[in-house]
Amino acid sequence: MVKNNSKIQAFDVVNVILMLFLMGVALYPIVYEIAISLSSASYVQANKISVFPKGFNFDSYKNLVQYRIFWISYKNTIVYSVLGTLINLTLTSTLAFCLSRRELLFRKQITLFIIFTMFFSGGMIPNFLLVNWLGIYNSIWAVVLPGAISTYNMIIVRTFMSGIPEEVIESVRIDGGNDLQIFSRIVLPLSKSAFATVGLFYFIGHWNSYFGPMIYLSDKSLQPLQVILKEMIVDQNIEGLGLRMSDLKDEMPTSEMFTAASIVLSIIPVLCVYPFVQKYFVKGVMIGSVKG
Amino acid sequence: MGVYSRLTNRSMIKRQERKSKTLGTLIKQKYLFMMLFPSLLYYFIFRYIPMYGVIIAFKDYNFISGIWGSKWVGLKYFKQFLQNPYFFRTLRNTFIISINSLFWFFPVPIIFAILLNEVKNTQFKKTIQTVTYLPHFISIVTVVGLLKQLTSPTTGVINAVIMTLGGNPINFFMEKGWFVPLYVISAIWSDFGWGAIVYIAAISGIGQELYEAASIDGAGRFRQIWHITIPGIMPTVVILLILRMGSLLDVGYEKILLMYNEGIYETSDVISTYIYRNGIRQANYSFGTAVGLLNSTVSLALVIMSNYISKNVTEVGLW
Repeated sequence: MVKNNSKIQAFDVVNVILMLFLMGVALYPIVYEIAISLSSASYVQANKISVFPKGFNFDSYKNLVQYRIFWISYKNTIVYSVLGTLINLTLTSTLAFCLSRRELLFRKQITLFIIFTMFFSGGMIPNFLLVNWLGIYNSIWAVVLPGAISTYNMIIVRTFMSGIPEEVIESVRIDGGNDLQIFSRIVLPLSKSAFATVGLFYFIGHWNSYFGPMIYLSDKSLQPLQVILKEMIVDQNIEGLGLRMSDLKDEMPTSEMFTAASIVLSIIPVLCVYPFVQKYFVKGVMIGSVKG
Repeated sequence: MGVYSRLTNRSMIKRQERKSKTLGTLIKQKYLFMMLFPSLLYYFIFRYIPMYGVIIAFKDYNFISGIWGSKWVGLKYFKQFLQNPYFFRTLRNTFIISINSLFWFFPVPIIFAILLNEVKNTQFKKTIQTVTYLPHFISIVTVVGLLKQLTSPTTGVINAVIMTLGGNPINFFMEKGWFVPLYVISAIWSDFGWGAIVYIAAISGIGQELYEAASIDGAGRFRQIWHITIPGIMPTVVILLILRMGSLLDVGYEKILLMYNEGIYETSDVISTYIYRNGIRQANYSFGTAVGLLNSTVSLALVIMSNYISKNVTEVGLW
């Protein structure tokens, strides 16, 4: 018995160490990025940064302040994310409500019409041509409309709404309420947590997306943060900053530090909000996996 | 004749009755349909018109003539792709990347969920979950950015370690052999925690009394995991594995586009990135659509197949 006990403890110790290690792995790249953005250039260039910043300063961020296109894109990302999420939620909630009503005429056919799109799509180029054809290329609508409903998220909300007891809905109907009133007075307030979940999914999706904006927007002043970041990271293109190779002296931040500062600023909103909303995300995955 | 006409009359009346009943329901549900309309319009415009648009794969599409006016060319673009030297390369890379992701990534969330379940302190458990789910919410652009900074041959910490150990710095993003490992490792970093949620839920569904009984019988932690936890989550594992097989052709091309460069196309160029370069960047719309159609048709077949297998093996399917 005593032997058994010590064996259990050994397992627990190893397991806890492993878990701490995994938490470290999850956080390390972000910590490293913050460290680089706060260090001075000589340490970064000598490859001396591992966990903590060395030669602590805010120069990378001070330089970023002058990078106008970065802030324009930051503003664009906020606008696209907010407007996009509003459109997403409006369409998703009304559609999910209708499909959750068992008496809906042609319910089966409509559901099939929608579910089919999860398994087959026109593909990248027909979508691209459609955006051109609709005349919304290079406008905010090209960013927020093509993904206006995620069928997966809609199913999460529909499943949630189907769980609302029929008697509650009947009681409104008996009082003479129509479907609009059932929706606004009963179903909407009761589905708040489902909206929180899919709303956050949508919002994060907009905040993080780069591919759609990259192919649908040609105007630099319309581009969101992720596209600008992509240019810094992949194309190594930091135009408009006024930094020339000859300007990059020791005390000037290097392009790595500049990129690091941009990345840190881009994920700060996510980092700040995430711990508080995390439980909603998990809930969404659960509902989604019960009835995919 | 009279009987016949009376019969058709009766069935016509019946049909009319049914029609007016449908109409009646429609009127009764007018608000529902009002709410439904914008969404259906959305699906029609943004999902079904592009599906119709795939016919340009069989045409010589140009902007001026439009979809209808362009000339039919039959299977020209399909043949062009199948005879293309890049056909084999993109197909091979798609499968190599997909199978490697499956093989290396798939077990990680399962093992993580099982070990997490062995952590007894609830508060600590919650902290672990919060921290390990976080990378899922970091954008792929940022993930690739982090990866580039960490592996930078001049300023990256990984090469600093390699050099301290006496090795030569490796320019990871320029080496053909490193592309797939980088892709898979970053995918594991992004989703090992998030992917575990489903398994954590499955484990929490296992009755606590099973563990108690086993521990009374003298089963240690490993035997409890082996005989209770693993069999308990097996159905979930099987379903997810089968469904994953259905999306074998869906590789994360948005991430690959950020990671690859001309020097390593040999190991990194996949079907979707090829479509992007040829279809959108070089404006070969018909050719790109043909390749995409080929891709999504095979994908659909794989989904149907894996769903069929799933239904037979586990009695759970997507539809």
